[in-house]
Amino acid sequence: MAFLDNLINGVSLGSIYAIIALGYTMVYGIAKMLNFAHGDVIMVGAYIAYVGMQMWGLPAPLAIVISMAVCTVLGITIEGLAYRPLRRAASLAVLITAIGMSYLLQNLALMIWGANSRVYPETFINSTTIRLGELTISISAVITIVVSAVIMIGLTLFTNRTRMGKAMRCVSEDRGAAELMGINVNRTISVTFAIGSALAAIAGVLLCSTYPVLQPTTGSMPGIKAFTAAVFGGIGSIPGAMLGGVLLGVIEIFGKAYISTELGDAIVFVVLIIVLLVRPTGLLGKPVREKV
Amino acid sequence: MKKIVAFILALAMALGICSALADEDVITLKIAHIGPTTGDAALYGLATLHGAQIAVKEINEAGGKYRIELIEEDDEHDVQKVINAYNDALDKGAQMILGTTTSKPCEQAGAIGYEDRVFFLTPSASSPEVVGGKDNVYQVCFPDPSMGIFAAEAMTKYNLGTKVAVIYNNADVYSSGIRETFVARAAELNLEIVYEGVFGDNDTDFTVQVGKAKEAEAEIVFLPMYYTPASLILKTAKSKDYSPIFFGVDGMDGILSMDGFDSSLAEGVMLLTPFSAAATDEKTVSFVKAYEEAFGETPIQFAADAYDGIYILKDLAEKAGITSETTAEEACELLIAQMKDASFSGLTGDMTWNEEGGVNKEPLLKKIVDGKYADVE
Repeated sequence: MAFLDNLINGVSLGSIYAIIALGYTMVYGIAKMLNFAHGDVIMVGAYIAYVGMQMWGLPAPLAIVISMAVCTVLGITIEGLAYRPLRRAASLAVLITAIGMSYLLQNLALMIWGANSRVYPETFINSTTIRLGELTISISAVITIVVSAVIMIGLTLFTNRTRMGKAMRCVSEDRGAAELMGINVNRTISVTFAIGSALAAIAGVLLCSTYPVLQPTTGSMPGIKAFTAAVFGGIGSIPGAMLGGVLLGVIEIFGKAYISTELGDAIVFVVLIIVLLVRPTGLLGKPVREKV
Repeated sequence: MKKIVAFILALAMALGICSALADEDVITLKIAHIGPTTGDAALYGLATLHGAQIAVKEINEAGGKYRIELIEEDDEHDVQKVINAYNDALDKGAQMILGTTTSKPCEQAGAIGYEDRVFFLTPSASSPEVVGGKDNVYQVCFPDPSMGIFAAEAMTKYNLGTKVAVIYNNADVYSSGIRETFVARAAELNLEIVYEGVFGDNDTDFTVQVGKAKEAEAEIVFLPMYYTPASLILKTAKSKDYSPIFFGVDGMDGILSMDGFDSSLAEGVMLLTPFSAAATDEKTVSFVKAYEEAFGETPIQFAADAYDGIYILKDLAEKAGITSETTAEEACELLIAQMKDASFSGLTGDMTWNEEGGVNKEPLLKKIVDGKYADVE
């Protein structure tokens, strides 16, 4: 039973990583940059939803929608202010800017909401547990997994069927050609950030429902792990992000349970190193052939 | 014209001399408070700061020979930032340090203070390494090793059970230090340690540790840690339908003041504290009242420790004859000489100090009942 218990915990944790990894992978695939501030957008999303529920007494779904809206605006603003001017600059410059943006968000949150940990209010009756024989599953784990699946299906449909989705795929494949074909690259990239940030808000709420302690530094470690998951699954590939996320969550929990609780994080990052050595493009990434 | 200017200058000088003469009787002690007023351990740093501020206000308003100027520094519970805070405090003229609030930074800063000859009275850094090997650091709080021993003895005394699981943070000297002495004492008392779970700083997922404790059928779960991870463990245990007796130490104090924390999760939790805001003696009642009026919340033991700390420093400074001009190095030697025979009776109990710098004081066992601390029968 412990095995199933750990498996469900792993898949649930992995689903949260998957949602966050989607943000990383989309932005990398389309804008060709790694947005390290993504983890902190999650934290902001969680705080906004917290403020909505705790201080204004709003019901959870409404607070989440407001949080998504705020994060979307935040994501587009960050992109416009910090990343767009550096479109033609060296990728190192953008990377450093992203890290700087991450610190900025953390410290702004510290200034606004203070350092004390906040306890997250119950969002979806998450102390309820379902019992199947000897197994107890918490509702928040189930909801997390379901929401992730819905998001992945929704996002795949969006990129394959809608015009904006097609535009995103075009910009990802060849930005110059897409521009020549009349696609508004700036708007496409902004939409990518918007979607990624809205997802980050959902991820933040889900993360804090399962681990209900919220601090300005809450988003940073899940952000790094989700980045690992995105690389693991194949950066740039949406199904890759989902797969990488879920697998990484399972590996982390199993590593903690069967190897050592102290080494849980170490195991996660060792996985990253192994994947990069053996299959650098990740599990579902396409090997890029350089035509000479 | 020259005569008028000369006259005015002479008058100014005379007035200057007069004001200097008037101040000669009042001695201003410069005490620096160094603690985490931001960051993960901010609850503790702010508590010690506020407790100290109440004491400083009382002393300054009471008149008398001594005034206290409190220099406030933030160490963010970080071993590097505490050095900056320490240097900044000395630059501002601090003669002695009330700090640091947490153990790891205190070990660092105390070691540098040992070289520089600066006196540290820490309200709450309880690890033995804080005072070990140095003569300039003293504690107000009872030390970690005694908490581990006391916890094991309490479990036996109150028949809480025989199968114990321990979950501790091995990246934190506070947590791992208490765990060490607990395990040693438990072995002598026939308490069976059925599981030991480890976690690190910033860990939020305790499903594995709690699951294994449940699997091992532990009746008591010992939590030598701060209240933030403890709150997550309590929640995880509830979601797994696991209700052992949770036994915390002084770091558990503050769990009820977490914003939005469901206090029913902490029902029945036992913890060690030298101070209870619900006590009815006059000193406690007036301290709690002043604290609540000034800061809008009930003080935890860290605030009481710092309050006692300020009074201890003032007491000792008075006995040692420290003045506004005494340098930090001179103050250090004078205060160390005083500590040998010092005794003090405060909010947190009666205390004397041993050679190492540790305090001889008994911890109190409290239980959380209905969201408040109650005595244990």
